[in-house]
Amino acid sequence: MRLPVSDSTAVAHGAAEAAHHEHPPYQRHHFETMGQQNDATNFAMWLFLLTEIMFFGGLFTAYLIYRNWYYPAFVEASHQLQIGWGTGNTAVLITSSFTMAMGVWAAETRRKGTLVLCLVLTFILGLVFLGIKTIEYSEKWEKHHVPGFHYSVQSFVNPASDPEVYKEYHDKPLAMDMASKTEMYFFLYFAMTGMHALHMIIGISILGYMIFRAQAGAYTTGHVTFVENFGLYWHFVDIIWIYLFPLLYLISRHQ
Amino acid sequence: MSEQPTHPHHDDEHHIVSPFIYLTIVAILLVLTATTVAASYVEMGVFNPIIALAIAAVKMMLVVLFFMHVKYSPKLTKLTVGAGLFTFLVLVGMTLADYFTRAWGRW
Repeated sequence: MRLPVSDSTAVAHGAAEAAHHEHPPYQRHHFETMGQQNDATNFAMWLFLLTEIMFFGGLFTAYLIYRNWYYPAFVEASHQLQIGWGTGNTAVLITSSFTMAMGVWAAETRRKGTLVLCLVLTFILGLVFLGIKTIEYSEKWEKHHVPGFHYSVQSFVNPASDPEVYKEYHDKPLAMDMASKTEMYFFLYFAMTGMHALHMIIGISILGYMIFRAQAGAYTTGHVTFVENFGLYWHFVDIIWIYLFPLLYLISRHQ
Repeated sequence: MSEQPTHPHHDDEHHIVSPFIYLTIVAILLVLTATTVAASYVEMGVFNPIIALAIAAVKMMLVVLFFMHVKYSPKLTKLTVGAGLFTFLVLVGMTLADYFTRAWGRW
C-alpha cells in the first residue's frame, strides 16, 4: 500500500519531467534517479566498510600494544615468518585487486566474456593466497607454534635448536618468562591473518556465485552495483593485508 | 563572485576508470611492495617500522583513490571515507597514547 502523499508527489513530478522520465527496471521506485540510487548504495557500502575498519582496528591496536610490552618476544617470534611467502602473497593479492578492478570495468562497458574472465582470475588468485597461507600455517603447526596446542618455546629459549631461522637471524636466547610471551605474538598472528583469511573465504564464495550470474549476463545490462560493491569489499580486504604484511613480517627483521 | 559551472556534475553520469589507469596503479603497487621488502633488509633502527608503515599508507591511498574509485566519487563518499579514517586514527592514536604512557617516568 502506498501513502497518498508520495503518490501525488510522484504524479506531480512525473508530469513535470514528462515522457523522458522512463527508468530502467533495476531502479527502485523510491529513488528519483539512477544516480541517486548509485550514490546511496555506494554510501551504504562504505559505511559497512568503515565498521570493518574499526573491527580490524581493534586487532591492530592490540598487536601494537603487546608488541610494545613484550618487544623482544615479538621480534624473535616474527623471525619465524618467512618474508618470501609474505611477499609472494602480497603480490598475489594486489594482482587479484587489479583483476577485480578490471572486472568492474568490464561490467561497466558491458563486456560479458572479459567480466567472466576477470572474475575467474580473481577467484583463482584468491585461492592461491589461501593455499600459501595454508603452507605457512602448517609450518607453524609442525613447529608447535600454534598457541594453545602444545605450544613450545624451544625456538626462543634455545634459538640454535632452530637452525633454519638461526642461520639468518642469530637470535639471542630469551629468558623463560619473555619467551613465553611469543605465544601472544602467535595468538595475534593467527587472530589477524585468520580473520583476514575468513574475509577472503567469504569473498571467494561470493565470487563463485558471481561467476555463474555473470555468465547468465546479469551484470552486463548496465546495472553494475553488485560487481562494484563487491569490488569495494575485495579491495578493502587487500588493504588489510597491505598493513598486516609489514606489521607481522617486516618491521622486526632487525633488532 | 564565482561563476556557476556551465555543466554541473550530473548525477546520472557514471565515471568509468580506464584499464590504463588500473594497469599503472597495479605496477606502482608491485614496485612499492618490492621497495618495502628491500627497505626491511636495511638497518635503519627506529625508521624501519616508520618507512614500512609510510609505504603501506601510500599503497592504501592508491587502492582507495583509484581501485575503489574514491577520486571519481561524489563528495558524500569522499567525506565518509575521510571521516572514517580520521575517527580510526583518533581511536587508535588515543588508545596507544594511553597504554604507552602508563609507566611514564617509572623506569
